[in-house]
Amino acid sequence: MNVTTLSVMALWTAATLYAIALVAYSARLGQVVEARSAKRDASSTKPDAASATRSRAFGIGTSSMFVGAGLHLVGVVARGIDAGHAPFSNMYEFAIAGSLVAVIVFLILQRNRDVTYIAPGVAAVGAFVVVTALRLWYVNATGLRPALDSYWLVIHVPIAVTATGVFAVSGIASAVQLVRDARTRGVRWAQARIVRPVEAAPAPERLEALAFRLNAWGFVLWTFTVMTGAMWAEHAWGRFWGWDPKEVWSFVIWIIYAAYLHARTTQGWAGRRAAILAVAGFVAIVLNFTVVNLFVQGLHSYSGLKA
Amino acid sequence: MSDQIPTPKRFSVDNYAYRAAPRLGVRGWLRWGWRQVTSMRLALVLLLLLGLAAIPGSLLPQWPQNAADARAYVDSHAWGPLLDRLGLLDVFGSAWFTAIYVLLFVSLVGCIVPRAIAHGRAARQRVSAPPHQLRRFAHHSVGEADGTAAQASARLVTWGQGRGPLRWLTGYRTHSEERTARDGTAEVAVALEMGAWREWGNLLFHVSLVGVLFALAFGSAYTYRGQAVLIEGATFTNAVVDYDTYSAGRLYDAASMEPFTLRLDSFDSVFDATGAPVSFRADVTLTVPGGTPTARDIRVNHPLEVADGKIYLQGNGYAPALTVRDSDGNIAFSGPTPFLPQDGVYTSNGVIKVPDVTSGPQLGIVATLYPTAAQAMDGTIASVNPQLLNPVMLLTVYTGNLGLDDGVPQNVYQLDQTNLTQVLGDDGEALVVDLQPGQTITLPDGLGSITWEDTPAFVALDLRADPSLPWVLLTALAALAGVGVSLFAPRRRLWFVLRDAPDGTHTLVEAAVLAPEHDESAARALRRAWAVALGGDGRDTGDQEESP
Repeated sequence: MNVTTLSVMALWTAATLYAIALVAYSARLGQVVEARSAKRDASSTKPDAASATRSRAFGIGTSSMFVGAGLHLVGVVARGIDAGHAPFSNMYEFAIAGSLVAVIVFLILQRNRDVTYIAPGVAAVGAFVVVTALRLWYVNATGLRPALDSYWLVIHVPIAVTATGVFAVSGIASAVQLVRDARTRGVRWAQARIVRPVEAAPAPERLEALAFRLNAWGFVLWTFTVMTGAMWAEHAWGRFWGWDPKEVWSFVIWIIYAAYLHARTTQGWAGRRAAILAVAGFVAIVLNFTVVNLFVQGLHSYSGLKA
Repeated sequence: MSDQIPTPKRFSVDNYAYRAAPRLGVRGWLRWGWRQVTSMRLALVLLLLLGLAAIPGSLLPQWPQNAADARAYVDSHAWGPLLDRLGLLDVFGSAWFTAIYVLLFVSLVGCIVPRAIAHGRAARQRVSAPPHQLRRFAHHSVGEADGTAAQASARLVTWGQGRGPLRWLTGYRTHSEERTARDGTAEVAVALEMGAWREWGNLLFHVSLVGVLFALAFGSAYTYRGQAVLIEGATFTNAVVDYDTYSAGRLYDAASMEPFTLRLDSFDSVFDATGAPVSFRADVTLTVPGGTPTARDIRVNHPLEVADGKIYLQGNGYAPALTVRDSDGNIAFSGPTPFLPQDGVYTSNGVIKVPDVTSGPQLGIVATLYPTAAQAMDGTIASVNPQLLNPVMLLTVYTGNLGLDDGVPQNVYQLDQTNLTQVLGDDGEALVVDLQPGQTITLPDGLGSITWEDTPAFVALDLRADPSLPWVLLTALAALAGVGVSLFAPRRRLWFVLRDAPDGTHTLVEAAVLAPEHDESAARALRRAWAVALGGDGRDTGDQEESP
């Protein structure tokens, strides 16, 4: 087995494990909700027993997630060895690295607190992004083109990848916050049975606190991404800012998260509207990565895919 | 104000329906307007507007980024001229985009100045005492400590202020007072406060953003940049006339340009087996006035630093050297002409204008170079590799008046065909000449001959000098530092109420913390302070779970 096959096989397996984790974690959330309502119905019988013991579903979810992340890491590293450079030079490499960061951020969060309520979201994003990358964005590993052959590649892009991964997790937390909020307020669509596991999520204030911590990291990382990008552009293209489509969208993303940070402390905007902004910020990141990469002409044409 | 309210003037800013209602007046309205401008809500709306306004700049072709596409867009879309008029084809230079960010910065300054003053005042005021009721605050705990309340208070204050040279950074501001509780007993109230850094970081961030804006304005006034095409063996002098295109900021004095010279000694391009570029390197000789010539190189991502700016390698291509002889056999044209690459395999188009013929009409040649020509099944020629492995040039020839004497500047890469006629072959079709290096072909009708002598490379160089760069970097780094501090510096208050037990043997301790929901380390900080109050050394004993 050569290193190319190793990378692809590891990634496919990781995606499969994430899909298993998605199902297992969802089952776990279902159990938590059931146990809580049972506790509420018969408040005397064995308090906390159901939610305190870590169920089999939770074990399957966690182990799938851990092994998946390990294989995912193997896949990314093997790709880097295959290409002979840091694996950040095209859309495929960016996608597999960014989704790995999202999973790792989740695993780090899970170490010190129970954030199982965002686990299905993270597992779904992990599986979806890896499969999409393998099926749609795969290109053979090649050497670096001159435009990318710079030490900035290992400064600018990893920070962008990390910021994207962090924003993915915070976006999921904010989305859970919105859905949970909608369910509490009695919004029609949020009463559907399938939405029930969000009841396992903590109160909106706790979710907002988690999302804010992540968004704060994401915002600083993104600011740093934009700054190093400007420095690289100054080095490579002779101007640090030229409103290239990618630069425009990086600016828009930065503005949306800046608005989010302001909204948190503004009357009438804190809470739900701020969460909407956080989700909008992540949507902008996704658009920047997909639409701008594939359909808009600009200097950042590194997808490696032919239009 | 008199009781008699005069009849409203025809034009009034506050045309209330009820005459007797109190009026805001001009000053009142101005104050109201300023409040709106500096409110967080408006800042938020402006931020979102700015983000929204930027989006068309990425979707529609923009004049400054891609003038050719913008022109084509205006010409080919019915909506084009209207969108152009609205500034949507130059979003970032448009009046409305400028209006949004100027208003945003006005709002920012209007918000930040009063805040800075208030924060400066607050920093000098003493820490406020804890509330009487701690029960309703987070992590409320009750316990007992040995010794007197005064001793516990002293321990807390000493621990809170911190030790070592960084105590001004990491320590708490402290306050301790003896007071009478609601029930009339004496108690010692201790407050430990941390959080001024957060606001200072916030202020630094916003002030730095204003700094970035000023640095950008300074840069755009004093910058200059120029592009020049340089063929192997040719020399370029840094002067306005030597640039193919040149632009400068309003306040830049072109007389202060340093007249260094740059000679392109050779250009090396390396491609891999599939024809993908691996590296480009231009070897140049740089001579600064009064200095000795030095050999340097310019690569992609590795610009050459010169006196006041940097020279970038922005493009490259082939500049075939042709010699054109007129009907009398005299050399009418000789030398390399840059051909513009059209694709990744360097299929390149060029135009050669030959006005200086001793006899006969002027000649115009439109040529396409195929670096590695290969014939497809249908007989058409295409290049399959960017390197000169099997170079072939196809030429079409025009005769007549090139129109160079009108005084109207012409594009050197285009042939104005209004007064030209295409040379036809024997079959009556347009003549297409097929040429290989070293070959000479004779044109029909005694028009002369064309020889392909050589194929040197050319590079497109871009020089940019911007004195604001260090300032932009400095202000941007300050902004980054500011935003980091404002987001991660903790802001919390630890409160202790200490009461000597009635029998005098120990102290009753009550504590709570006031911190934002996201501050997960507040509980840990309180645990440490708690241990200190109880007589410990303030080290976190570690693994105990947070009390719910």
